[in-house]
Amino acid sequence: MVHAASKPPGEASAPAPDTQHQSFLVYDRLLYLKIAVAATIVAIVLYLAHRPDGTPYGGTWLGYGLGTVGALLILWLMWFGYRKRSYTANQGKLEAWLSAHVYLGLSLLVIATLHTGFHFGWNIHTLAYALMCVVILSGACGVFFYVYCPPLMTQNRRGATMTQMMTRIAALNDEITSKAMGLDNATVAILRRSTETTIVGGSFWQQLAGHYPDCTTAAALKAMTKIGTADGARADALRQIRMLLDEKAQLLGRARRDLGYKAMMDAWLYVHVPLSFGLLAALFAHVLSVFIFW
Amino acid sequence: MASEYAIAIIGSGPAGMSAAAHAAKLGVPHVLLERASHLNDTIFKYQKRKHVMATPDVLPLRSDLGFKAGQREEIIDGWTKGVESHGVKVRLNAEVASIKGERGNFQITLAGGDTLTADHVVLAIGVQGNLRKLTIPGAELPFVQYQLDDPDEYQGEEIIVIGTGDAGLENALALAVNNAVTVINRVADYPYAKPANAALIQAAIKKGDITAFVNSEPKAVEPGALVLSTADGEARVKTNRIIARIGALPPRKFVESCGIKFPSDSPTAYPQVSETYESMVPGLYIVGALAGYPLIKHCLNQGYEVVEYILGNKIPPADEPLLQAKLDKANVKATVPELITAIRERLPLFASLTTLQVREFLLGSELHQPRAGDVVFRRNDYTNSLYSILEGEIGIQVDPANPNQMVTIGAGQFFGEMGLISGRRRTATTVATRPSVLLEVDRNTMVRLVRSVPDVKAALDREAVSRQIRTYLAPTATDAILADVVRTAKVVEFKPNDVLIEEGAQDDAVFLLRKGSVTVSRRIGGKDVIIGYLPAGNYVGEMAMLMNARRAATVRAAVATEAIKIDSATFRTLVTEFPEVRRDVEKRLESRLIDLRRQEVGQQDGGLLEFLMRQGLGEATDVLLIDEALCVRCDNCEKACAETHHGISRLNREAGPTYGSMHVPTSCRHCEHPHCMKDCPPDAIHRATSGEVFIDDKCIGCGNCERNCPYGVIQLAAMPAEKPSLLSWLFLGQGPGPGEDRSPEGVAKRTGGKHAVKCDMCKGIDGGAACVRACPTGAAIRVNPERFVSVIRQVAP
Repeated sequence: MVHAASKPPGEASAPAPDTQHQSFLVYDRLLYLKIAVAATIVAIVLYLAHRPDGTPYGGTWLGYGLGTVGALLILWLMWFGYRKRSYTANQGKLEAWLSAHVYLGLSLLVIATLHTGFHFGWNIHTLAYALMCVVILSGACGVFFYVYCPPLMTQNRRGATMTQMMTRIAALNDEITSKAMGLDNATVAILRRSTETTIVGGSFWQQLAGHYPDCTTAAALKAMTKIGTADGARADALRQIRMLLDEKAQLLGRARRDLGYKAMMDAWLYVHVPLSFGLLAALFAHVLSVFIFW
Repeated sequence: MASEYAIAIIGSGPAGMSAAAHAAKLGVPHVLLERASHLNDTIFKYQKRKHVMATPDVLPLRSDLGFKAGQREEIIDGWTKGVESHGVKVRLNAEVASIKGERGNFQITLAGGDTLTADHVVLAIGVQGNLRKLTIPGAELPFVQYQLDDPDEYQGEEIIVIGTGDAGLENALALAVNNAVTVINRVADYPYAKPANAALIQAAIKKGDITAFVNSEPKAVEPGALVLSTADGEARVKTNRIIARIGALPPRKFVESCGIKFPSDSPTAYPQVSETYESMVPGLYIVGALAGYPLIKHCLNQGYEVVEYILGNKIPPADEPLLQAKLDKANVKATVPELITAIRERLPLFASLTTLQVREFLLGSELHQPRAGDVVFRRNDYTNSLYSILEGEIGIQVDPANPNQMVTIGAGQFFGEMGLISGRRRTATTVATRPSVLLEVDRNTMVRLVRSVPDVKAALDREAVSRQIRTYLAPTATDAILADVVRTAKVVEFKPNDVLIEEGAQDDAVFLLRKGSVTVSRRIGGKDVIIGYLPAGNYVGEMAMLMNARRAATVRAAVATEAIKIDSATFRTLVTEFPEVRRDVEKRLESRLIDLRRQEVGQQDGGLLEFLMRQGLGEATDVLLIDEALCVRCDNCEKACAETHHGISRLNREAGPTYGSMHVPTSCRHCEHPHCMKDCPPDAIHRATSGEVFIDDKCIGCGNCERNCPYGVIQLAAMPAEKPSLLSWLFLGQGPGPGEDRSPEGVAKRTGGKHAVKCDMCKGIDGGAACVRACPTGAAIRVNPERFVSVIRQVAP
């Protein structure tokens, strides 16, 4: 029997580096979720306990308090964009920041809503609130895609990198071209369209939707299948071309799905980031107008 | 002075030229005799544009001729100018036929019949004038040559290169660009060449650029062909040209004719010289390659020194100030010669070394003078140097839980060899128990010494084996009890995938792993399934011995591994005769059995473990892994790496294989015995105390490390231009963004030559590796061997 030794007396047990391996959603045993929930509960309890002179709104002491907390929170949440890129700064793991960003960002929804006292109207104040809601919801979409896409991407890649897939597609194109030699002109034309215009990416929307109605390879494969049987050497060539086209179509499908997943993980940012800057402007206007006109 | 010249210098290689230049500068009447029609025939015959190294790096140059690493042409040019400007009296086409006489009265007869007289003679003829030639039939045919000046002279030929030293391989590689080259190799690999050249030739053979005959020997040369005896019988290879680079030998006959005797009959023996380079003929001095020092810098220094010695100036060797500085730094009150004597007399490990060898390894050493109670190194430090005790006493804390329990060793002994051999962290803390003087030899220096001096290797192994057996098998046993076991123990080396123990076999030797790592596998359903991984410091196979059972599992080397094989019969006698040893061993056995059950990985996990081993993690000390189930492909890890390292990312996230969701990106594994460190001419690659393998500013961009790394994680890159601050980029759009300096302007601004860059684990940056810190989702992790199994359990598919 062969067996493993435990640490012999002198054997090193290396000082454990931080190899804690866990998703940002459960980081540090849900520390930031706990903080966010606690903050939300405190805000709700204060709101329920608060008996202002009139109806609750942003102008009471609690309203000002929640507003200040919310505004500071917005500034801090936006600082994440800067923090994410300051690679040399020693401010802890980015994972911790993201975990906090997600949970505290969600708690902002409650805190800011309580700050409004449920007063809405067609004004700058409600605009700021609405922008904030869209930003937070787009962020929630981001979280969903960040959890949903990665395992599917790995599965879809099957261990190949994008470059490897592209190289293989190029090789298939060459093979199809050489196999097509000696076939009739119409067939060659269809195959040439497939080998010469292979579109993998396309527009952002196309990538996201994964819809490629003009796919030349799919068209060629369809045409080749329609030709059906032939005789002798020609039949052999057609069969091989069909197989090559099929492999290419599979690869194209995988490459496009890969881009699709990537697009999903990017798409929400196109809402989240610009609108958060819009929110910043609206917030500034909101605070300014409160101090000047209230 | 009756003679024409005070000094006649024969041979105008680096040593001769340097001697002549110094004599000229001091105004000493001299002559420099050169057989060829130009100076410096050896370097002249180097392949065109060859990069000439200036090793040993730390040794200061002491010559009136300048020298630094560079191209053959630049170096020849510089020296020719130097010789002219110093007004050296040169006589070309002057082949010396004989030297007669002694100090004050030498007669030198030239081949043409001329005779010169001199008070002293410096023989600096090197060995390249006496190239080793083929002795097989047909070797005199005109298409057999022994040197190659310009590989570009030959185009479209079929060329055979015989000889697999550096010269032969460099010729073969250069010729292969325009010719069909065949290399004849007596063995299967390339032990006589630098690892980088061996790697290059193997790559060229794999690519089909060069054909190789291995395990083959030339038998005869025929017109237009070479006849070989190969493992499969005789072969006849067609060829236009044969280039044989099979070394050079001291020109023994000539040297003996001058009255000098050789110490042995071996054709590779060198004539003996004193510490002032004087031979047994008074007044006749020998310097350079003929004295056994083939490095150019040694030659230049000796040329300078020999002139000083002849003039009666006992100047200290060139490295004297460096060595003295080491003594002063450690505050040791002694001179360098005293230190050398002390080392040779007090340290048995180094007793067999010559003065020059001691001087050479001292350049890679440090002295320390700890007070009583000072810590020398701590457990888990990542230093791999070896310490010897010149004076005093050192305590080794054998039990980390109880620092007061120490084993003490005294003057003459060494310690720290476990780290040196295993390449892993220090296993115990050591403390000076009395005021001591310690000699610390750096890992690279020690590795070189062990490789070149068999006596040192033997002495080191003997002591290390005894200590390792004691530490890992029976800490309570005394040396006397273990003497038999130690005597019969052998160090066995295994290549990757070699089998140490075969499942079902009936042998019962015990293996104590001292370097590398192994995998443990069982046959399940007709397939070998890996169930465990064991790094150095563990032992395998003692259950079969203690329980008289067949082997229950197969143990294979995951990487190059060394194990101490302990003979079971002696060990069994030991445990029967000494019940306390048996109790000790059995206690450990039981605790390890329990541990094994905990460590063993499941059947699916075995696949992941096997995959990780295939990626070289068996020799890794710290590796970056990415859990693709969490990775959002934002490449923030790469950007963070680039941002913290001059805009050049040292990792490629996407590249590299994946198993299940475990991805091994192309990034440094910080190997236990780093392949990159094997052959670094300026000695620019180091391992930090905390384990990082890094490249310092001394890098010359030769690319050896890039070629030697089996994992492709080292790149040669030029440093990019400075970038604007992050805020200016973020708000004003100035300059390239984080990790994005790929713009043509950015690249164009990169200045200076290329340097090797690799992961340094963000050494010197607070907070640890930037790639892991910058991962927003927790997908990037750094793992060391101790944590493999737990990580595998977390992520196994």
